[in-house]
Amino acid sequence: MTGQRPKGLIPVQAKRHGRGILLLAFGLLFFASSVFAAGETNIVQTVSPPADSIKFLFYLLLAVVGAIFLIVEGALIYCMVRFRKREGDESEPPQIYGSKPVEIAWTVAPALIVFVLFLVVLRSIVQIRKVDVPEDALRVVVTGHQWWWEFHYPELGVTTANELHVPIGDDENERAVFLDLQSVDVIHSFWVPQLSGKMDVVPGRTNLLWFATKQPGLYRGQCAEYCGTQHANMLLRVVAESPEEFERWAAQQAKPAVDDPKVAAGRQLFMSLACMNCHTIKGTPANGTFAPDLTHLMSRQTLASGMVENNPKNLRDWVDNPQSIKPGCLMPSFQLSSKQLDDLVAYLETLH
Amino acid sequence: MATTVAVPEMTDKSPRRSSLLEWVTTVDHKRIGIMYLLAALFFLVCAGTEAALMRIQLWKARFDFLEPDTFNQLFTMHGTTMVFFVGMPILVGFGNFLVPLMIGARDMAFPRMNAFGLWMFILGGLLTYYSFLQGGAPDVGWFAYAPLTSATFSRGMSTDYWILGLMTSGLGTLSGGINFIATILTMRAPGMTFGRMPLFIWMMLVDAVLIVIAFPPLTAAQTMLLLDRQLGAHFFDPQQGGSAVLWQHLFWFFGHPEVYILILPAFGMISEIIPVFARKVIFGYESVAAATVLIAFIACGVWAHHMFALGLSRTIDIFFSGSTFLIAIPTGIKMFNWIATLYGGKIRFQTPMIFCLGFLAMFLIGGLSGVMLAAVPFDWQASDTYFVVAHFHYVLFGGTLFGIFGGFYYWFPKMSGRLMNETLGKWNFWLLMIGFNLTFFPMHISGLMGMPRRIYTYDPELGVDIWNQLSTIGVLVQAAAFIVFAVNLIGSLRSGERSGDDPWDAWTLEWLTTSPPPAYNFEVIPAVRSRRPLWDLKHPEDPDWEHE
Ligand code: HEC
Ligand SMILES: [Cu+2]
Ligand SMILES: [Cu+2]
Repeated sequence: MTGQRPKGLIPVQAKRHGRGILLLAFGLLFFASSVFAAGETNIVQTVSPPADSIKFLFYLLLAVVGAIFLIVEGALIYCMVRFRKREGDESEPPQIYGSKPVEIAWTVAPALIVFVLFLVVLRSIVQIRKVDVPEDALRVVVTGHQWWWEFHYPELGVTTANELHVPIGDDENERAVFLDLQSVDVIHSFWVPQLSGKMDVVPGRTNLLWFATKQPGLYRGQCAEYCGTQHANMLLRVVAESPEEFERWAAQQAKPAVDDPKVAAGRQLFMSLACMNCHTIKGTPANGTFAPDLTHLMSRQTLASGMVENNPKNLRDWVDNPQSIKPGCLMPSFQLSSKQLDDLVAYLETLH
Repeated sequence: MATTVAVPEMTDKSPRRSSLLEWVTTVDHKRIGIMYLLAALFFLVCAGTEAALMRIQLWKARFDFLEPDTFNQLFTMHGTTMVFFVGMPILVGFGNFLVPLMIGARDMAFPRMNAFGLWMFILGGLLTYYSFLQGGAPDVGWFAYAPLTSATFSRGMSTDYWILGLMTSGLGTLSGGINFIATILTMRAPGMTFGRMPLFIWMMLVDAVLIVIAFPPLTAAQTMLLLDRQLGAHFFDPQQGGSAVLWQHLFWFFGHPEVYILILPAFGMISEIIPVFARKVIFGYESVAAATVLIAFIACGVWAHHMFALGLSRTIDIFFSGSTFLIAIPTGIKMFNWIATLYGGKIRFQTPMIFCLGFLAMFLIGGLSGVMLAAVPFDWQASDTYFVVAHFHYVLFGGTLFGIFGGFYYWFPKMSGRLMNETLGKWNFWLLMIGFNLTFFPMHISGLMGMPRRIYTYDPELGVDIWNQLSTIGVLVQAAAFIVFAVNLIGSLRSGERSGDDPWDAWTLEWLTTSPPPAYNFEVIPAVRSRRPLWDLKHPEDPDWEHE
């Protein structure tokens, strides 16, 4: 029996396995959908065309690779069970050196599959990566800093940090938001999964990313390219709101800071300490660009790039010792006295 | 004829104790190979510990176990170590031990250069690790993107240690690559044409060519970086007209072929092991060899798929998406060939084989998630997330490491003259299989739920705690697997069953000589007439060369 070559390949009995494969496929899909229903920040709870389009692609890919997975693992397991060595059988099986037709078949079949996938991808790339910006699009210049985000609306004269406000469209149309992504230091990556895929934020170049949504809400994201010590806490939030709310927000943000005489001591302190070298407060001499604009600090929900809630306690802790909240961040602690802290925080709290 | 070989009988006296000095000064390819493996095992323990520490830190959202900087050092060192000081040397080590034996040669073409390569690798590894004592390990990630590596953003010496350590070991690797090419091209036994080389030799040859193509760009890029850091050049400094993108092109021009450098030898190992345990000749030898060459060729033209989110032009994205899809075809061919080899066989489920079957089952998953990532828009979501971490661990752990384990159990008898314990081997396999999947499968999910890679902690709002906990538990199971392996290794070395020359009833030339082989490998250089010279010996009535 040894070394004998069979006339043809032994045919596989595939029929009976069909139903099992189908069942398994449904099981997998069920598993996948229940997993993603749990969280909200994920790539399938999409609310914007680029993310929708990727979600569709994702499902398609999952179906294709899922089918291949089941077929190949199935074949593997079949072989392992069917062709295991039986007790006491020491003879060598027939040697099969190869088969041109079979090998051609399993070259052509995958080639066709990837070709079709490639065409789908081609269309999807062209759809998602727009090169011309529509007239009515909102433009925002996004600047990545170690480890926070700056958002500048050139048409509205607004600069803010970490929380990006955008208007939703009306019932028929979303309003596109186009981001010009820039970095002043290292590479970051802008990623809000529900709105679109990620795009790197690269020093020395301006990348374009867009999204549009009809659904008001808060969408979370974060920096996705390793950018140093606090990469993990370079979170970002997108607040999508009705056009009216957005107008109101923008009008407020465009104003200079309130100048409340009651907190003059704190204001004085801010201007005499190094704060003003790093931070900007519009309407005051403070015009640093190294750190987040604080003109309307109190209009933000969070501090330190989405790390902690913006409340009086956290604000005081932050000013007292930023390193205890965000170790390694680029704001030093100033060893202020308790009185100085009170004054400073009282001042900051007026910055609505 | 292949039969005129006088094989010295295996004497049951254990080979005479050899002094440490003999090992350190050796130029014998087998000893060098074994030292590569031992050094790599040492670094594997380092890198594994680093991974375990990271997994503890990621146990739950905002867990406070490690400082951010420590965590960043750990993932940088874990990646760097696994790629350069574990993966590469294990494969080069196996290559060293096996290539001359499998082609019927007495040593590598350049034995001294061979020793040089080993010691450069060890030196490079130690140099990189020395940074821990010099104020901190590198923390720029294993692909060290500019400009985070510039003197402005990476103060201190850690990045310089990273550069110099890798340059040093890279030199060793490069010399190893050249040595393999020279050995395989010029020193094959009489009759061993290209068409009759064992597939492992094919893959090592292609691997070595890839090493020679891929390492110089890395060394060049690192030299430029060193100039930037130490002499104020501005190659990668965008503020001064340099380019951060350039680094990525140079790095990935090395980095992608590197992935194949790490997987091809494992492909080669399972292409040797699966036939022996299925008792069947490999199905479609020519197409497996051709697919390997094709993979290497395409592998040099896919590097920018690591850069889809970088905002290069649409045309570039489309080109590299296409080439990446293309590479799935030859990889698929191999997969089918291996499975077809099982088909109609009489499979013996011994430890080397079950690791190879594990390889097939797990590598498939890594391959398929790779196809998904080739779809550029999906990559825009998944890139730089835990999905990618899952993907490449299925390739490099589920693939390369499972293959290596298979190879280790398979060739250990040749190296030591003793068999490894089967029961412990099976425990090793199942614990590793379960631990591996428990660790890495959930990462697909946490990635798609929005968890980027390389974060020392995560927002509770992300809702990924449970998936991270599964991953961390998986590491415990893996640790158990490695302990079983260590026990098995030490126990078998001491008192394993004597294996004899050819314990698996195999077909390639290394099984013709004694276990362990004498310094000169073969008393008489065997002549070869087919791809399975020992099959011809054992089955004179139906030799292979009648069918090839
Ligand atoms: C060396 C520059 C520097 C100085 C000086 C400085 N800061 Fe900051 N500050 C930063 C940076 C950088 C951040 C952003 C930290 C982050 O999120 O990583 C920041 C953040 C803040 C925030 C939180 C802003 C937000 O929206 O998250 C507040 C409030 C703040 N600083 C107040 C102050 C006050 C008050 C002073 C003076 C006592 C001061 N800073 C001095 C650099 C500086
Ligand atoms: Cu980052
Ligand atoms: Cu790659």
